[in-house]
Amino acid sequence: MPDVQSTVLEFVNKLRKRKIEGSQATARCTVELLRSVISHHRVPHHANQASALIDAVKAVGAQLVAANPVELAVGNVVRRVLHIIREEDLSLATAAVAGLDLLDASDDDDEDVNNGKGIGYPAMSAAVVAAAARSTLRPPSLQTLLEGTPESATVPYTSSSGADSESKTADKSSITRKLKHDVIEGVNQLIHEIAGCHEQIAEQAIEHIHQNEVILTLGSSRTVLEFLCAAKEKKRSFRVFVAEGAPRYQGHLLAKELVARGLQTTVITDSAVFAMISRVNMVIIGAHAVMANGGVIGPVGVNMAALAAKKHAVPFVVLAGSHKLCPLYPHNPEVLLNELRSPSELLDFGEFSDCLDFGAGSGSPLLQVVNPTFDYVPPSLGGHNPSYMYRLIADYYSADDLVM
Amino acid sequence: MDPRRGPLAVPKVRRVGFFTSIEPSPETPRPNRSLSGPAEAITSSSPLSDSPSGQFISPVQIPPSRHHSDNLASRAAPVPVPGPSAFRRQLANDRTLHVGSYNPVDSLLGTSPPSSNGEVSEDSGSLFGFQRSDSAKLSASFPNGGFNMTVAVRAPRESEAKVAIASTSDGRKKNVEASGESESVATKPRKEKETKSLKEKTSKAERRAIQEAQRAAKAAAKGEGSKRAGESSRPKPSKPAKQPQPKKEAPQVTSSLSEKRAVSVEKERRMDVPQTQMQYDDKSRVDKAKRRSVVEQTESKNKVELFLHLPQYERGNQLPNLSSNIFTLDTIHHAVYKVGLQHLAGDIAGDNARCIAMLHAFQEAINDYTTPPMKDLTMDLTAKINGYVSFLIECRPLSMSMGNAIRFLKNQIRKLPVDLSEPEAKASLCSEIGRFIDEKILLADKVIVQHAVTKIRDGEVLLTYGFSCVVEMILLYAHEIGRKFRVVIVDSRPNLEGQKLLRRLVTRGLDCTYTHINAVSYIMGEVTRVFLGASSIFSNGTLYSQVGTACVAMVANAFSVPVIVCCEAYKFHERVLLDSICSNELGDPDAIANVPLRNNKKHSKTMDNNKNLQFLNLMYDSTPAEYISMIVTDYGMIPPTSIPVIVREYRREDLLL
Repeated sequence: MPDVQSTVLEFVNKLRKRKIEGSQATARCTVELLRSVISHHRVPHHANQASALIDAVKAVGAQLVAANPVELAVGNVVRRVLHIIREEDLSLATAAVAGLDLLDASDDDDEDVNNGKGIGYPAMSAAVVAAAARSTLRPPSLQTLLEGTPESATVPYTSSSGADSESKTADKSSITRKLKHDVIEGVNQLIHEIAGCHEQIAEQAIEHIHQNEVILTLGSSRTVLEFLCAAKEKKRSFRVFVAEGAPRYQGHLLAKELVARGLQTTVITDSAVFAMISRVNMVIIGAHAVMANGGVIGPVGVNMAALAAKKHAVPFVVLAGSHKLCPLYPHNPEVLLNELRSPSELLDFGEFSDCLDFGAGSGSPLLQVVNPTFDYVPPSLGGHNPSYMYRLIADYYSADDLVM
Repeated sequence: MDPRRGPLAVPKVRRVGFFTSIEPSPETPRPNRSLSGPAEAITSSSPLSDSPSGQFISPVQIPPSRHHSDNLASRAAPVPVPGPSAFRRQLANDRTLHVGSYNPVDSLLGTSPPSSNGEVSEDSGSLFGFQRSDSAKLSASFPNGGFNMTVAVRAPRESEAKVAIASTSDGRKKNVEASGESESVATKPRKEKETKSLKEKTSKAERRAIQEAQRAAKAAAKGEGSKRAGESSRPKPSKPAKQPQPKKEAPQVTSSLSEKRAVSVEKERRMDVPQTQMQYDDKSRVDKAKRRSVVEQTESKNKVELFLHLPQYERGNQLPNLSSNIFTLDTIHHAVYKVGLQHLAGDIAGDNARCIAMLHAFQEAINDYTTPPMKDLTMDLTAKINGYVSFLIECRPLSMSMGNAIRFLKNQIRKLPVDLSEPEAKASLCSEIGRFIDEKILLADKVIVQHAVTKIRDGEVLLTYGFSCVVEMILLYAHEIGRKFRVVIVDSRPNLEGQKLLRRLVTRGLDCTYTHINAVSYIMGEVTRVFLGASSIFSNGTLYSQVGTACVAMVANAFSVPVIVCCEAYKFHERVLLDSICSNELGDPDAIANVPLRNNKKHSKTMDNNKNLQFLNLMYDSTPAEYISMIVTDYGMIPPTSIPVIVREYRREDLLL
């Protein structure tokens, strides 16, 4: 337990100091941390296993989110893990109930009902059981349809746990292990999904990029890189314009990578985005987060590109892994979900020190330097249909976890 | 000088539609000749209307009968020997006269039959190296183009036309005399050195005229050749023609005749027709322009395909060479040369500053100007100015406003009363230039400041982009008269001119916020007004300005913030601009490649030689009129839809320029 606590603290510090860059890396670190938290979690035998686990994860999650509230991926992943726990919990319960029904039908034994209650769901009402049954039996969700990843978290365990309860040898410790084991399985799958999100997105590249396409992108995003390279590997030849992406100019890195893979790449300044967009077939950017209303938070400058794309009716494609789907509805996201970086990226310290003395007497500084990190693209400019987003989010998160 | 000139030229139609009429000939040597080519081709090849190639030419332009007779006359008499030609020839033979200095070229033309087809004069031109800077180069290297080119091209041609007839017939005579003059290629450089610069102007114009005529003749003969395929032995249009000499001569002379006649009225008309720009993806024209250029430009290795029509040259390698030439040059006035170098090095930035520097240099050049004997001040000075302008273009493409200023100057030269003595004319020109600077630029700025400051109220947050001297003046003035406001300066790589503005404003005690262009939608929420400078505004209200302006205006529009553009009326332009691609200027790509941040430094260096990686440094972009709420100009505050009104009405009354 103490070693888990120390790793949590370490990670919180890293988040606070913005040592971890990119939402994918953050998401992966978070989910791995949560996995270790869960596996090290010792639940008291008498208590409700699932709720204890949920509490533990929530506590850690709150710390992580507080460390970097702007990095929405942390919160998203925590919510995903909570969702997994709930699902596992429910599926176990359903299995138990199913076992009960089975037993009821066979020999109508009262003892079994007691046994079922003794398993650890004392508060379980008939309604909950019904809900659990619904959740296991529900039709394939949009997520399964879209990504082809079946909700294996629920499906396999119904049978196994059903068999388990049928054997009627389930005692408390085995159930605890069972739940934990299942949850960790689920979390592993989440890790796998986050790690593989680039490949999954890149698989679709070939469907969206045709021959001789001219693509504009902004800044640097690994998803975009993989996406473009996947299309390139399929022998499509197209041109890429890369806006360098002030203030960090990571577009140069992206351009270098693209050129190394043999793509025809042109680096332009950010200011030339509007000038060039009329000759561009498609704008592809990587997002920082996708909000529940369909708005997109991306690297700074994205809103400008989206406006220009709208003006010239150019398709504006946002690539985002599922860990970037955020179930929150943004309020004033330009300001609240943003963070200001160091002015030194824009102006050298000391460069203006000679003329700053002038305003020293008046008390307020004459010179402010604004250097935001993110940009918010309102849903009206692109991204998904808001209603669609909300359905997608319902697949990933449970409503209880939205407020952390 | 030719009495028949007037009446003949009357039926000459505006040359706008002539591109297509001459183009159908598939063998036309320059498939996409943009500027002066088609007009010359038409004027010169029209005499061939009795020849098979005549069918390519629009029948409406010149009455065929007259040309027919011309043609007949020229064919009947191998040497028509018009008055001026004889005169020139006399002069030519008289070596003591300065005017005779054009002879080397003529004789060269005469004595080198294999390359008779216009390449001669060009080769000789390249031999002269940087000294040769005649006006035609202007037309070839005018990327920013514009109406000013009308003047730039037209004026030289009239002087060319004047001498063309002399030189061509002259050259032919020499040919007939079987190189009796014993001038050869070997002696030419020596001769050239002897020539004074003023005289060289003459010979240059003549050479140019020969070249034009020959080129036109070649185009015509090409059409002819396509009919008589067996006769013609030219494999490619760009290669020197191997056609027998006499066949070429007839069209040549007649063409120059007709050209000469057409010029004077045509020039009035062409004044109204905007010229197209030099397209740099047109190989043959670029090659020709290059041979005449003073500035040696090496083409950049990694060209951006989309912008092949714009000049893409390596930067910074010509400067030392040019600076060392400053004491040896004689065709370019030293003041103009200096300004050119300053443009090249980027020492002068900002449209107004560049324009004023150029006009001052012209003032100085005109002051030092003396009309050579046997020359007309109007003609010669215009040719001279053309030479300067083309040099300036080589240094850096002109801005629209500079083009307008040059057009103004040429107008003034053209309108000089004939009876004015040379010192008087010079004085009047200089004072006109001074008046232009004072009235159209400096005073206009003051008026704009007065207008714009009424739009600044207390507590406002004003956003500006990059650096515009008018906007700076407005902000400083508003601060002076005690308005309380905050300024947001948006900046962008690679020039980071906003830092200059920031420094100036902060030293004066203005409250400033500085950010980069990507953050403009972050900051726009708190902004109440956007002030932008302009490089030019076109008839359709499109604002042509520093790259990034369009982004700022667009975001402001999305946030419903009014966009106020401050622009002097002399920058207005009657052309129409649709996008930022067709007409633009490309800056140094290395400026993009070199990222200032330390951690990125290592990347760009290694990638320089990769074919797939290009850096595009656009200098301007065009902002659609719908993003602009108001334009503050010296005629008041107007909506962008009123630009054509100002351009048309005021120009008609000659108030604008």
